[in-house]
Amino acid sequence: MGAVTGMNLIALKMLTGDRLRYVSLVAGLAFAAMLVTQQLSIFSGFSLQMGVWIRETAVADLWCMDEQVNFTDDFKPVPQTRLSRIRGIAGVAWATPMYKGYMPVQLSDGTLVLCRIIGLDDATLLGAPPQMVQGKVDDLRRDKAVFINTRQAASTLSKTRSGGVPLKMGDRISINDHDAVVAGTYSASREFFWDPVLYTTFSRALSWAPPQRKMLTYVLVKAKPGQDVNELAQRIEATTGLGVYTNDQMDRKTTGDLLARTGILVNFGITTALGFVIGVLISGQTFYMFIIDNLRYFAVLKALGTTNGRIVRMVFVQTACVGLIGYGIGAGAASIAGLLFGRIGLAFQMPWQVPVVSAFAIIVCCGGAALLSLTRVMRLEAGIVFRN
Amino acid sequence: MDMATQDSYSTTDTLAVNCRNVGKIYGKGENQVVALRGVDLQVERGELMMLVGPSGCGKTTLISVIAGILDRDSGECEIFDHDFSKMSQRERTAWRGKTVGFVFQQFNLLPTLTVAENVSVPLLINGVPRREAVARAKKTLATVGLGERTHSYPRELSGGQQQRVAIARALVHEPKLIVCDEPTSALDHDTGHRVMELLKDVAVDAGRALIVVTHDSRIFEFADRIAHMDDGRVIDVQKKMEPRMHADERG
Repeated sequence: MGAVTGMNLIALKMLTGDRLRYVSLVAGLAFAAMLVTQQLSIFSGFSLQMGVWIRETAVADLWCMDEQVNFTDDFKPVPQTRLSRIRGIAGVAWATPMYKGYMPVQLSDGTLVLCRIIGLDDATLLGAPPQMVQGKVDDLRRDKAVFINTRQAASTLSKTRSGGVPLKMGDRISINDHDAVVAGTYSASREFFWDPVLYTTFSRALSWAPPQRKMLTYVLVKAKPGQDVNELAQRIEATTGLGVYTNDQMDRKTTGDLLARTGILVNFGITTALGFVIGVLISGQTFYMFIIDNLRYFAVLKALGTTNGRIVRMVFVQTACVGLIGYGIGAGAASIAGLLFGRIGLAFQMPWQVPVVSAFAIIVCCGGAALLSLTRVMRLEAGIVFRN
Repeated sequence: MDMATQDSYSTTDTLAVNCRNVGKIYGKGENQVVALRGVDLQVERGELMMLVGPSGCGKTTLISVIAGILDRDSGECEIFDHDFSKMSQRERTAWRGKTVGFVFQQFNLLPTLTVAENVSVPLLINGVPRREAVARAKKTLATVGLGERTHSYPRELSGGQQQRVAIARALVHEPKLIVCDEPTSALDHDTGHRVMELLKDVAVDAGRALIVVTHDSRIFEFADRIAHMDDGRVIDVQKKMEPRMHADERG
């Protein structure tokens, strides 16, 4: 064990002794790790944003909607009669209506903003914002009441014509030419879509929305205790002809559709692959040159009695060292950048899968570089030590 | 000239190296080069044998075969009664690591290791723990007069000092055979002479054999015997050259 440690130390000294090449290697791998980690984290951030509203509104077991709806903001309302039919299906504990649609909102200074209006069931207010900042959920029952997002109040909902004055509690606004009053503010995670979201009651939302025959966007359904949720979903689908999804299914459906529709998956995939390829090229070429420059010394080690197996271990120790350091610097830099830019709105999320995937990418980079270089070392004849 | 035949040294109990009719060919077909054409060479334990001859005569190939670095194509060669051709590659490498020490023309010290670390390499290869290996390396460096430079790097040493480090590296694991390839050719006359004196003083003992490949006639006086090679053969083996004869030859 001591000998292995000793030879590994020699391998590391061979590596770090050539400062320029060592720094180039680490820098190349750090750059690759940073690019892969950052792109995956931003991709992950966007992906998580796509379904965040579903996760934060998950008060029920099932979402019922028009079967052609592809994602949460793909509004295709159904007749309100569906609500009654769903409530009559065996296994349903309760079912509440929800409206969601776009309406123009005019602020007191004339600033016009297109907003998403969510109408909650008047009786239960189920599906309310995840966290109230000012006011309480019951305040939504007050006349003309709406809740606004605190972050959006200071940005997209600010009175632009008055120089960016934030919207606040008590302010009066006009929603599709109907008076409304800000009765509460809430905070919620940032969504993929940027249009402001205002909460009101279901009946008020219907009264503000342009008249249509179909006004019911979603029905939230809770299964009775002991009722199999998937079985209930199939039963509702069969009875009403609606699309019925659990929270997870709805999340996946929205995310999958938006990823495909926007091309984000391909774009981030290309950038991540590019980072990976650059990492492979830089680290592979630099490490190969390091090995070539040290061929004579590897030959000396062979002549002195170092077996090929130990040479392989030495090369892998060298690549593991630069890989670990490069990965640490790269992933660390990506994390710091994510923290800094996350404050100004960058969609940056680093679930455990991101560092694992980027670590795997760096392992492949280093492994490739090591294998490429080892082909030369393994073929090396110890006899070259006698040549000048 | 006082010449001796190979036969007078052929008692196998005392032989360190016993090569008979060794052949080695590089390449194939039209590109074939015959490097060794049936070499016979015996080296005694406790003996310093020099291999001399013109460039391309096969000296380096012969020491490569003797050290187990190259495979021979024909003949027999036993090193301390061991035949490399009967060992696996791994066994041969391990045996070489224990039994053979090397001194190279260009020193071949690892530039990123300190002097002590360079000398400790053969011990580390042989499984000695690092701390013990470095301690033994320092002790060996003291015997070659470099006890004060153990923390220096090779680039901080003169050519003669670097060759002394290489000698320490060849000795540290107490090998039975030391192979030196042109150990003085990169050094000036005085330094080369001192290096050979050192080699003779510290490396030669009753159980060990030294083979020195050289072109440098100024160091012939250190040899117990000199094997002259030409065109892939040992053409004669000469007993120790007297200082007077050496001077004549230089003259």
